Amino acid sequence: MSEIKEKAEAAAAADKKALYGTDIDLSGFKRDAPVHDYDPEMSGFSEEERKNFAEVGIVTSGEERSGSFLLMDHSPVHCSISQEGVELLSMADALERYDGLKDYWWKAVDVETDKYTARAEMDFNNGYFVRVKAGVKATFPIQACLYIGEEGIAQNVHNVIIAEEGSELHLITGCTTAPRLGRGLHIGVSEIYIKKGATLTSTMIHNWGEDVEVRPRTVVMVEEGATFMSNYVCMRSVKSVQMYPIVRLLGKDAVARLNTILVATKGSEMDVGGSVSLEAPGTRAEVISRTISAGGGIIARGRLVGHKPGVKAHLECNGLMLSEEGYIRAIPELDGRVAGVEMSHEAAVGKISQEQIEYLMARGLDEEAATALIVRGFLNVEMEGLPEELQREIDRIISESEESIL
Amino acid sequence: MLLEIKDLSVEVEGKEVLHNINLEIDHGETHILFGKNGSGKTSLLMAIMGISGYKITKGSIFFKGVDITHLPINERAKMGIGMSFQRPPTISGVKTRDLIEKINNNGKSTEDIAESLDVAEFLDRDINLGFSGGEIKKSELLQLVAQNSDLILLDEPESGVDLENIKVIGNVIKNLLQKHLRRQRVRAGLVITHTGLILNYLEADRGHMLLDGGIRCEGNPREMFEAIRNFGYEECARCQR
Ligand SMILES: Nc1ncnc2c1ncn2[C@@H]1O[C@H](COP(=O)(O)OP(=O)(O)O)[C@@H](O)[C@H]1O
Ligand SMILES: [Mg+2]
Repeated sequence: MSEIKEKAEAAAAADKKALYGTDIDLSGFKRDAPVHDYDPEMSGFSEEERKNFAEVGIVTSGEERSGSFLLMDHSPVHCSISQEGVELLSMADALERYDGLKDYWWKAVDVETDKYTARAEMDFNNGYFVRVKAGVKATFPIQACLYIGEEGIAQNVHNVIIAEEGSELHLITGCTTAPRLGRGLHIGVSEIYIKKGATLTSTMIHNWGEDVEVRPRTVVMVEEGATFMSNYVCMRSVKSVQMYPIVRLLGKDAVARLNTILVATKGSEMDVGGSVSLEAPGTRAEVISRTISAGGGIIARGRLVGHKPGVKAHLECNGLMLSEEGYIRAIPELDGRVAGVEMSHEAAVGKISQEQIEYLMARGLDEEAATALIVRGFLNVEMEGLPEELQREIDRIISESEESIL
Repeated sequence: MLLEIKDLSVEVEGKEVLHNINLEIDHGETHILFGKNGSGKTSLLMAIMGISGYKITKGSIFFKGVDITHLPINERAKMGIGMSFQRPPTISGVKTRDLIEKINNNGKSTEDIAESLDVAEFLDRDINLGFSGGEIKKSELLQLVAQNSDLILLDEPESGVDLENIKVIGNVIKNLLQKHLRRQRVRAGLVITHTGLILNYLEADRGHMLLDGGIRCEGNPREMFEAIRNFGYEECARCQR
């Protein structure tokens, strides 16, 4: 048995709990799912499903996308690419074609991290592999949809994304479930490699069901002069999501910017954060979250680790409580390992200020309209690199969730 | 009568800050409110607007003949009361344009209004975010011009404004209060000033001086301003009575 498998089994056997988040009994989820047919046109979906896809940034027409991948339960039902120099494969195919992808497979994420990474290895279902060749700048984003259609299953996904030197790519990952799905579990390991001078923008929109548990495990390796931008949006109910992506700025002048928008309605538990480790001179990072509790629970974490003098980083965790129930715990953490790091944070949790509401009311807006405007402003984080239509989609989700949370 | 304040007392944080105020403003009139720091000027405007925290413990406010003493703020605004705040809050993430478009009742486009105040660049900035003192005053006026109210409450519109911009602001207020019209003028204003500079732009009709929460002197605003400047607030209160 390989060393990786051994480690996975050991962690699984020890039922190694995650550092954060509620513990999940993995035996409560089905390991098998029905096999779905390949769908070359992504045409086999109802209007309701297509609407669900659109809400997470996935367009079934494939228009204005350089490539599309769709994993339904455990089956890769679609995989197409229209951009020269960009590779998109199901993970199973990539492992076969590249002889186990030894330089990348479990090289960023440690398989022993916790029982979820262990499970992702032992019960690997599939995932996607994206590689942009050196110097290639993809015209449109690549979209990857992770979809759970079968009641009660676990979906264990492992993705590898490689941006070769000087390349540019925007990846949209949309996660959603069948309409009216009940229970489900999604484990998603993502290993992201951004090489010298490359830029990767990753936009991830989650719209799981209210009884779905979600445990993504992501590590990003960023080389010299490269840029990683992440936009994560989760505004619909979910039973629990716990993730804590780790970004390692390994090369000189590497840059990371992480934006997170969370809205937790009643019954949702979100423990979401990001850690950026500034390991080389001249590296910079910005980690920004805007969170709203409309009755649900949120833990917004953020961590900056400065290893070299002169690195610069800023952390911002702002939370808004819209309900008497629910909670928001902002946990910003600064870890300076040498003198000369420049790191700061700003955290605020509170309710909407009455002064702001009344100011807008004095202009003639009623209380509800005033509140909606303030909430929208609060969630209005500038997310760089978003295609216009996706920005509109996010704006639309914001305004819709406004209606449901106010 | 456009605005009638009858025997009004107001409490802030459990302390009475205005005592038995009586004040009437008719259509077309401009009134000036004088008074030293902490005398209750802002509190009076806030109470007219209906801002919470300025609790009316006695008396009443009538606007256009309707008792508005307990009306919500937005309904007062809809009836035609507009106010420029002394220290308005910042609203991050909301562009000034988004607000103006929602409240624009002026007939002119948002762009045109902003152009006419020479503040087109404000539209794409977040409401009051990082605005200088003078910019805040202009932004408040921009919103008021869009709102097109009948009674304009101005809380120190010229404080913190440089000399060049005082002229701009003075002229905007003059227009806002329809000073170009005579018989047809309907708009009225209640303006707080310390510097008196604004008096050079407005023919004001009447002045009121607040001292320790009460109106202690009323009269010709220019004469009052001169008296205050030469002899101080207390002395002004004594000489007129
Ligand atoms: N939010 C507040 N909390 C406590 N006291 C206040 C507050 N606002 C006003 N006051 C008090 O009320 C009185 C009148 O204040 P204000 O109306 O702002 O005066 P002015 O505008 O004439 O300077 C002052 O004594 C002031 O300290
Ligand atoms: Mg004042």
